[in-house]
Amino acid sequence: MTDTSFTPTTQPGDWASDQEVRWCPGCGDYSILTALRMLMPSLGTEPRNTVFVSGIGCAARFPYYMNTYGVHGIHGRAPAIATGLAMARPDLDVWVIGGDGDMLSIGGNHLIHALRRNVKIKLLLFNNQIYGLTKGQFSPTSEIGKVTKSSPMGSLDAPFNPLAVALGAEASFVARTHDMDRQHMMDTFQRAHAHDGAAFVEVFQNCNVFNDGAFEGVTKKQNRDANLIPLRDGEPIRFGADGEFGVIDEAGCARVVHTADVGDDELLVHDESKHDPSTAFMLARLARGPFEPTPIGVFRAVRRSEYAMATTRQLAAAQQKQGAADIGQMLRSRGTWFV
Amino acid sequence: MTDTASRELPLQEIDEVIIRFAGDSGDGMQLTGDQFTSISAALGNDLSTLPEFPAEIRAPQGTLAGVSAFQVRISDFDITTPGDAPTVLVAMNPAALKAQLHNLAQGGALIVNTDAFNERNLEKAGYATNPLDDGTLDDYRTYPVPMSQITRDAVAQHGVKPRDAERSKNFFALGLISWMYTRPVEPTLEFINTKFRGRTQVIDANTSAFKAGYNFGETAEIFEAHYEVKPAPLAPGEYTNVNGNTALAWGCIVAGQLARLPVFLGSYPITPASDILHEMSLKKNFGVRTFQAEDEIAAAASAVGAAFGGALAFTSTSGPGLALKGETLSLAVSLELPLVVLDIQRGGPSTGLPTKPEQADLMMAMYGRHSESPLPVVAPRSPADCFDVAIEACRIALKYRTPVIVLSDGYLANSSEPWLLPDVNSLPDIGVEFATGFNGTNEDGDGIFLPYLRDPETLARPWAIPGTPDLMHRVGGIEKEDGTGNISYEPENHQLMVNLRQAKVDGVDVPDVEVAGDVDADLAVLGWGSTWGAIDAAAGRLREAGFEVAHVHLRHLHPLPANLGDVLRRYRAVVCPEMNKGQLCDIVRAKYLIDVSHIGKIDGVPFTTGEVTDAVRKRLEELSTV
Repeated sequence: MTDTSFTPTTQPGDWASDQEVRWCPGCGDYSILTALRMLMPSLGTEPRNTVFVSGIGCAARFPYYMNTYGVHGIHGRAPAIATGLAMARPDLDVWVIGGDGDMLSIGGNHLIHALRRNVKIKLLLFNNQIYGLTKGQFSPTSEIGKVTKSSPMGSLDAPFNPLAVALGAEASFVARTHDMDRQHMMDTFQRAHAHDGAAFVEVFQNCNVFNDGAFEGVTKKQNRDANLIPLRDGEPIRFGADGEFGVIDEAGCARVVHTADVGDDELLVHDESKHDPSTAFMLARLARGPFEPTPIGVFRAVRRSEYAMATTRQLAAAQQKQGAADIGQMLRSRGTWFV
Repeated sequence: MTDTASRELPLQEIDEVIIRFAGDSGDGMQLTGDQFTSISAALGNDLSTLPEFPAEIRAPQGTLAGVSAFQVRISDFDITTPGDAPTVLVAMNPAALKAQLHNLAQGGALIVNTDAFNERNLEKAGYATNPLDDGTLDDYRTYPVPMSQITRDAVAQHGVKPRDAERSKNFFALGLISWMYTRPVEPTLEFINTKFRGRTQVIDANTSAFKAGYNFGETAEIFEAHYEVKPAPLAPGEYTNVNGNTALAWGCIVAGQLARLPVFLGSYPITPASDILHEMSLKKNFGVRTFQAEDEIAAAASAVGAAFGGALAFTSTSGPGLALKGETLSLAVSLELPLVVLDIQRGGPSTGLPTKPEQADLMMAMYGRHSESPLPVVAPRSPADCFDVAIEACRIALKYRTPVIVLSDGYLANSSEPWLLPDVNSLPDIGVEFATGFNGTNEDGDGIFLPYLRDPETLARPWAIPGTPDLMHRVGGIEKEDGTGNISYEPENHQLMVNLRQAKVDGVDVPDVEVAGDVDADLAVLGWGSTWGAIDAAAGRLREAGFEVAHVHLRHLHPLPANLGDVLRRYRAVVCPEMNKGQLCDIVRAKYLIDVSHIGKIDGVPFTTGEVTDAVRKRLEELSTV
């Protein structure tokens, strides 16, 4: 996966800004920040060519902590800001950081449109299933019945499944990772960065103040074997300490089975580059929540025309066809007369 | 142009004519009006147009709601408005007649398509009896013409299906009017060939219909004369006919060239601003990147992103969209990035009157953002002026690193006038330098970049774009520390930053306002935006009537010209016609404590010269009795 001939020109420390990190002690955001800072030197890019864009929320403070260019925007609009930036500057690496409220509630519209356009931005959704910065209301990924300050009798809202939303929006790259596994985060972010198009990564992120342990059922060390299903391209989908569990396709639905019951040949072989998103969708919906076997890794990675470069190609084609910019010609294009 | 013996009709010279073409929205009235305008422009007339169309694409045929009209005024003298009342009305059906007759000047000429006055159409238009023969039209010179029938006969030779044959009747009308006002036929024949290239039957049908209309005027013995409007004494040079939206789009594109920056437009389609998106989308060879966003907010947000990346960024919209962009604009105020917002005002509130003009977004442009969020506001006064104002808005945005709002409106957007093409080489250089190196030092004496260290003169902050070595920095909507741009919640710092942002906008280099007309008059008419033409013409009329009137017209609404208070205080009375409930009046009253009186009109139709004249005259007469 890592290009061994590549010699990094930067160290993780070069990617850290001089600003004090102000997340709550114990927040999952710290480990994501560390993973990204550690990953950056290996990406073959420079801080000056990198931009982190965010909206509002705890996660959205992320740009301040990276020694890159950064825009801390307004609530929900980061994918739109990043789209304009990526269109104007296809030469840059543009990352978008946001939480579940930012990207799936107030900014849901911008997220799905950025994904369908396939503009080259890397969207990392820090999903903690709660509103943190506003001090603990239910979010669009909170489970039904969640008791919070704004839902004292339990939330009535059915949650979004972020990966299913992204797949429904025709995302060309969809992945999931979690804040308890730095290497898995780094591998996943690296894949997102390498993808030529919009890349969407859901990161299970623990909010230890308002929603502590929301993902423990799958991310805690002792639960991982039983409840995390690592997706590996080209391999049968199996998990468990000894690979005793697997996933099969049962009439269009993913189902967890004992491998011994069905035989190895029946297991679903993961194909992330399969153009039809049905299998990825089925896998995205395998778990009802982070308390039962849940796939992580790259669900989908397909090639599709990248938006900013397609825009650039249209500019070139227009120059070819209409000629170079000529103000005089434009001003005369509707016909003129002399007095 | 005909072989048949033509009658010798007298040719009368007239100084102007105001023609209104009216028909169903599918009748091609806009096309007809546009083409008549083009030929008249080429003849050297001064001209001004007023298109008027329903918000629906195709309202039910034959109904009042579906009437589309195009007014064009041509003259042999300098004009600034499309005229108050048409002197010629072409009515293609009963609904057009019913909707438009009240506009026609007393004794005006009325050319009606009699074929359309059947029972069904009369009923749809709400006529109990046929106005053609019940005396309704007694006050007008009526010319009944069976346009549909003659058109059908004329195009029959081309094998056009009977159902389609009548579609050429707008060209019949154009031919007839071309004859009446002695316009040359060749430009229209060329236009038909170009417009419908590749559709031979359509070209043949429209050509035949146009010629039939022209010949009808010459041979049918119902017209007493035909007319000639000589060229106007316009300044010598090369002209084009341009409407406000096109001029605005071109201004934005040219500004990019003048600033040597790539142009980015983020926009969401909205009437009456969409044509700006269309026009700029056609100019990709200028390196213009247009982005049709998922909504108004994304349109503005994408422009903020592009501006951060170093583009000259625009977002175009109308009132409802400006409301949605409010929070994003306050972000741009806080980030202190250049951004130009084009607001083509329309009637409101809410959806209001999408195709009709209003000037009621002024307060929203000034104050329609949360907290203290000042930004410059400019407004064009005529269609061609949109070009210069677009460049001026960009100049301010770039020099001061600030969002700027341009307030045009639905009238300027679609109305057109002859425009003396500017000398491209004389246009201003509005380029600015990106930051390329450190501008400060830390305690250890090392170079650092301070993204909010301001230019002492303009108070603009440095614009360092991604890709620049060493200048990595973060900007955000949270209050920033002066200089470093780091997050700061310090009370004194916030007060300082609020003051600095205001001082920066207050310090924009706005030229002094100049007084037009009678500088020493007792009364000044204050205006802004598209009312310029009507005020200018009204002042002219009042002058002819022996009054003295000064005209003060604002291009810069925020900040206001530094001399405005002193100028206005010279007058015993100041009146301000606006298509709103008195928004500029309120601003001027609040700022200068000057008792400006409001002349309002919010009916979706621009001020006529007559309306302004009457209102100002009333005030003048009050003054003379005091």
